[in-house]
Amino acid sequence: MISERLYGILLDSFWKILLPGLKATIPLTVISFSFAMVIAVIMALIQFADIKGLKQLARFYIWVIRGTPLLVQLYVIFYGLPGVGIVLDPFPSAVIVFSLNEGAYGAEIIRAALESVPKGQLEAGYCVGMSYMQIMRRIVLPQALRTAFPSLSNSLIAMVKDTSLAANITVTEMFMATQRIVARTYEPLALYCEVGLIYLIFSTVLTKLQHVGEKRLNFYLSR
Amino acid sequence: MLKIRDVRKNFGSLEVLRGVDLDVEKGDVVAILGPSGSGKTTFLRCINFLETADRGTMEFDGENYDMSHISRKEIRRIRRKTAFVFQNFNLFLNKTALENVTEGLIVARKIPKAQAVDIGKRALEKVGLSDRCGHYPGQLSGGQQQRVAIARAIAADPEIIFFDEPTSALDPELIGEVLEVMKNLAQEGMTMLVVTHEMNFARNVSTKVMFMEDGQVAEAGGSKEFFENPKGERTREFLRLVNV
Repeated sequence: MISERLYGILLDSFWKILLPGLKATIPLTVISFSFAMVIAVIMALIQFADIKGLKQLARFYIWVIRGTPLLVQLYVIFYGLPGVGIVLDPFPSAVIVFSLNEGAYGAEIIRAALESVPKGQLEAGYCVGMSYMQIMRRIVLPQALRTAFPSLSNSLIAMVKDTSLAANITVTEMFMATQRIVARTYEPLALYCEVGLIYLIFSTVLTKLQHVGEKRLNFYLSR
Repeated sequence: MLKIRDVRKNFGSLEVLRGVDLDVEKGDVVAILGPSGSGKTTFLRCINFLETADRGTMEFDGENYDMSHISRKEIRRIRRKTAFVFQNFNLFLNKTALENVTEGLIVARKIPKAQAVDIGKRALEKVGLSDRCGHYPGQLSGGQQQRVAIARAIAADPEIIFFDEPTSALDPELIGEVLEVMKNLAQEGMTMLVVTHEMNFARNVSTKVMFMEDGQVAEAGGSKEFFENPKGERTREFLRLVNV
């Protein structure tokens, strides 16, 4: 059913798609997600500790980011900011947008996880003389991160796929690479299925990693 | 050693504590008794500043404190000399039994790790859990968890230990092992303040009893006197209801 020509195109394009995947999709995801986690933990702690002023700022940030489309955010940063003299390269623009975007969602996940840690853990920490920061760092956050881990893994997998939107701001990641090959070969069905398959492979690897991570984090729950 | 005067606490319009006094001497084991909702636990939490009293003074270890206006520094100074055992144990869930005991020593008191581990192992041995050092709270029974909590309390070498209904969350068959540990502590001369419903413990182990009702002290005195010759009408009724 698959002609020899199509077979050749698929084989040839596999590496041409995978390569930008390794060079753009994965770095974009890893860098953005790392920044996002830092933002998320800070925003969650600000809300959890109820720091006046900063808490309102955190809520505002989360409100704006969650209330606007990712694609619009990409356009504002990459196509909009040059209007006020701020010109950024495609890749850094994408990192900024994906970090800020995921940071907002991650903050909510971590905040909920922090609130799920029993209040007695904090009280017990106070009673043995620990300070708030010591208790957060050593007792509450580790437990919260375990709770948040499955949801955060979800977000990471979603982000791998969402990076395809970066094609709109000229980042040569997997999807854009595919589009280019389609334009040349006129085999949209086969090639878009192929890139989908590569995304699926990436996601599968992450899903496996999630299982390993969950097992490790659940060490103290084993009976 | 510990002198509390006129502790008052409201939750909204509800008066939970309406002027509670307490005197504890070194070596005393004070049982705080009373029906549910009488303010026993709130009183204990106010003394350790898990709640802030609306009014009250405290004299502890030669220092005077205003309980309603106390600084964080003062609270930490007091907590260094006290320990708290919770109804629900509140062991650190992500730490082993031994780490639960050593955590405060290492992090808050800056005791070198090797020395803290030494102290921790001895404390666990004292509550009969030497063989459970590496277990996580989730792998221990309720009674064992509470004994780890007691080990955590004694490891800090406190002047006084507060117990908030330490056996109330336990299955009946596990209560004995915890009470046994507490009894041993009392016999060693540890000063203890125990909110409890265990009348046998109050009668046989405690030296003083404070009976609370409606946020006030209804009767206080030596435990022998209290059980054998209760003065107040309400006290007599309470003792009749709990079958002592």
